[in-house]
Amino acid sequence: MAQPIEIVEEVIIKFAGDSGDGIQLAGSQFTNNTALTGSDLSTFPDFPAEIRAPLGTLAGVSGFQLRFSSNEIYTPGDACDVLVAMNAAALKSNLNHIKKSGIIILNTDGFDAKNLRLANYQDDENPLDNDSLAAYNVHKIDVTKLTREALKESSLGVKEKDRAKNMFVLGYLYWMYDRKMDTTQRFLTSKFGKKPEVLEANMQALQAGFNFGITVEASASRYRVQKAQLPKGTYRNIQGNTALSYGLITAAQKANIDLFLGSYPITPASDILHELSKHKNFGVTTFQAEDEIAAVSSAIGASYGGKLGITTTSGPGMALKAEAMGLAAMLEIPLVVIDIQRGGPSTGLPTKTEQSDLLQAFYGRNGECPLPIVATSSPSDCFETAIEACRIALRHMTPVILLSDGYIANGAEPWKFPNADSIPALETKLVNNIENIEEYLPYLRDKNLVRSWAIPGMKNLEHRVGGLEKEDISGNVSYDPNNHEHMVKTRQAKIDKIANFIPKVEFIHGDASDDVLVLGWGSTYGVSYSAVEKLRAENKKVAQIHLRHIQPFASNVEEILNSFETVILPELNNGQLSKIIQGTFNKEVIPYNKIKGVPITSNELFEFISTKCT
Amino acid sequence: MSDTTTAPLTAKDFATDQEVRWCPGCGDYSILKQVQTVLPTLDIPKENIVIISGIGCSSRFPYYMNTYGMHSIHGRAPAVASGLKMTRPELSVWIVTGDGDALSIGGNHIIHLLRRNIDVQVLLFNNQIYGLTKGQYSPTSETNKVTKSTPFGSIDNPFNPAALALGADTTFFARSMDRDPKHLQAMLRRSEGHKGSALLEVYQNCNIFNDGAFGMMTDKKTKAGVTLMLEHGKPLVFGAELEKGIRLDGLNPQIVNRADYSDEDLWIHDEQDLAKAQLLARFFDDPREEGALPRPFGVLYAIEKPTYEKQLNDQIELAKEQKGLGDLNELIAGTETWEVK
Repeated sequence: MAQPIEIVEEVIIKFAGDSGDGIQLAGSQFTNNTALTGSDLSTFPDFPAEIRAPLGTLAGVSGFQLRFSSNEIYTPGDACDVLVAMNAAALKSNLNHIKKSGIIILNTDGFDAKNLRLANYQDDENPLDNDSLAAYNVHKIDVTKLTREALKESSLGVKEKDRAKNMFVLGYLYWMYDRKMDTTQRFLTSKFGKKPEVLEANMQALQAGFNFGITVEASASRYRVQKAQLPKGTYRNIQGNTALSYGLITAAQKANIDLFLGSYPITPASDILHELSKHKNFGVTTFQAEDEIAAVSSAIGASYGGKLGITTTSGPGMALKAEAMGLAAMLEIPLVVIDIQRGGPSTGLPTKTEQSDLLQAFYGRNGECPLPIVATSSPSDCFETAIEACRIALRHMTPVILLSDGYIANGAEPWKFPNADSIPALETKLVNNIENIEEYLPYLRDKNLVRSWAIPGMKNLEHRVGGLEKEDISGNVSYDPNNHEHMVKTRQAKIDKIANFIPKVEFIHGDASDDVLVLGWGSTYGVSYSAVEKLRAENKKVAQIHLRHIQPFASNVEEILNSFETVILPELNNGQLSKIIQGTFNKEVIPYNKIKGVPITSNELFEFISTKCT
Repeated sequence: MSDTTTAPLTAKDFATDQEVRWCPGCGDYSILKQVQTVLPTLDIPKENIVIISGIGCSSRFPYYMNTYGMHSIHGRAPAVASGLKMTRPELSVWIVTGDGDALSIGGNHIIHLLRRNIDVQVLLFNNQIYGLTKGQYSPTSETNKVTKSTPFGSIDNPFNPAALALGADTTFFARSMDRDPKHLQAMLRRSEGHKGSALLEVYQNCNIFNDGAFGMMTDKKTKAGVTLMLEHGKPLVFGAELEKGIRLDGLNPQIVNRADYSDEDLWIHDEQDLAKAQLLARFFDDPREEGALPRPFGVLYAIEKPTYEKQLNDQIELAKEQKGLGDLNELIAGTETWEVK
């Protein structure tokens, strides 16, 4: 008799194994499948910097956490309900990360003497044999053996057969969570269509995993998570870097100019280059430059020619681009610099998340060089933030820095995507009525201090621009001391005036009458939301605001800050926005900083804020 | 906006009202004049000409040209120009750079520009010295050069720009000099006419910090004996009376008396012959040395290859043809969606 399926509110699953085990693929496949069930979801892929880190070691463990829920959720969750551990190292590094009585699915083949030794288990200690896992519900499965058994008819070699282990596990989970497997079957068909044997092996392993669930059902429970009551509309699942790419394409189309991306591969930004390079039929040009400096310089060249120049990078790359960003600021041309932040300084933690480039974005150029900064707060928010960055760059003739981070870039969530027709057009400063211009004055400004954009090919508007200080209005080279001071102040005032074009900050939770304000920017949105929501459920008077625009700030930020005595600012850095808030508004805030390469958990933030609530 | 009634352009149309601020006697003046002389004859609308420079004395060039222009940052002009030419292939894009700008701080960009074969002209003003920073040795300075930064003489071996460019698979390399206006004009025309990256090295005298660096090659009295003016299909001959020739003994170039050989037995210049161009690039002796090979001027190498921007834009056009113009709503929705009612 079939075992009844238990309905649960939410589940947090973590897939963990060697970085060559196909963990990220299994995780993202399960995610895409989950999305179509209508549950809300949030993911956190977490992997080592090495493509194939040393097998079996603690340092080599690749993880993918997925939380799905019948409620609206804002984070991938803290401790997990289910851990899939492909080897001893995966178990060891995640054991303190799993709820008591949680389910652990173990690949027993990953617990031989060698794997145990590599995972630093003491002599003769095997968690499969002792009672160290007694508090958990353990499913021991010899995935390797069962996968090979399932593929015994296949002509593939053992090594290739073993690569399908992740599909076996995925099939087992599909059984456990009462899923259809069509999304993964379609994926495999499109990925391996040209390699029929590999396709067949993966399909068989997937099915074998599912069937294994049916066979052993007496000993295992099945679960289902209901649909979440999300706002009405049409949804898809989206990753941060994908949403960002779509936002850029949309912005270019809405501005009616072509998009140019100059980029140099760097983790975790490269996926934007990959994504945009697929969409040439939108008039998108992508250029893999010889280095970071050439990447931004080529984008400046394209913008100079009347295109929407974009460059994508991470912290070390933005450091290299700094001088060219200063040039673009002097030229006063549109440019969007996208920094998908990661742990720093230097090479730092390439695959780990951090929000530590904020001060670089603010100050990381020579001279007085203020640039607008926008920050995205979640995977789906990348779409709108990308459009916003382009809107400011085109409307205000300035380079704009967009900050995302590794957590947002690789994370996924359901997205109630907009109808493109409802997105307003983007205004540019392109000169269109060129007949009446007697003498073109490139640095003549409108009332927002923005100059016009004349591009090569426009007759009678020939002019020279460059990195040397300009004479006001004419744009000729000028070393005049008064002019220089005037121009520095004008460039600053131009950026300040952008505040008139950005929406006021609205409370996400609470209002000015509350006692405590949680202020955030970037990827702490979700964790702040969850923590504040929970505190408010306990009748704590905690409010939340979250900034998209960091330079300039929205016009009401100061007023909001000043209406609270206690402002808590969680950041994945050593207090960067805290310093800026203090410097800009002379407002003391209480920083909550975490610099471990992983997101803040909602429990730890909840506890911290609780201690500040009287 | 076609304007068929205007008079043909002249050099004056290309001059700006900005005071030219190079040192009096600088070789840059001649180069500016030759460019201003040649551009009006090229049948390119003035508004379609863009000059992009880096940093250094030569890089002030755009300010003196009444075209579109950008004085960018040190070494990066090739990258800026690449982004421009890729997206605006109809423009005539010129890069003005110097030996420090192109071969030191911008070395990475120049080699990648050349290997990609983006259709731009690179005017490399080589004066073998850092002028704007007041007299340090450059990557093309000869060894043992005593400068402000090398009081005991420089140790670095100089770059050989021709060999470097050929090593980067350039499709065009030519050499000229500031003191030979006619030759320089001809080389500017050839560079512009080349479809692909054209590197034109111009020996340019810095009369303040490195006066006479190319004296033997530019001085009327010595020039004929130490320079080799290349012409496609013609034998390599030089000397005051063109009395000397070069013949190839296997891979070894030899200086011979023309009287002893028929012209057919001499090395006949072939711009499209890479192997010979590589030998010519190595004609890099110090002209003061006994038996030195003469320095070649003219087009050392020129071949046709598809340009980068042509292939890039072909891919974009093909994508539009095959997939149709992109539809934003389709892009955003993707293939897997669900409804919440």
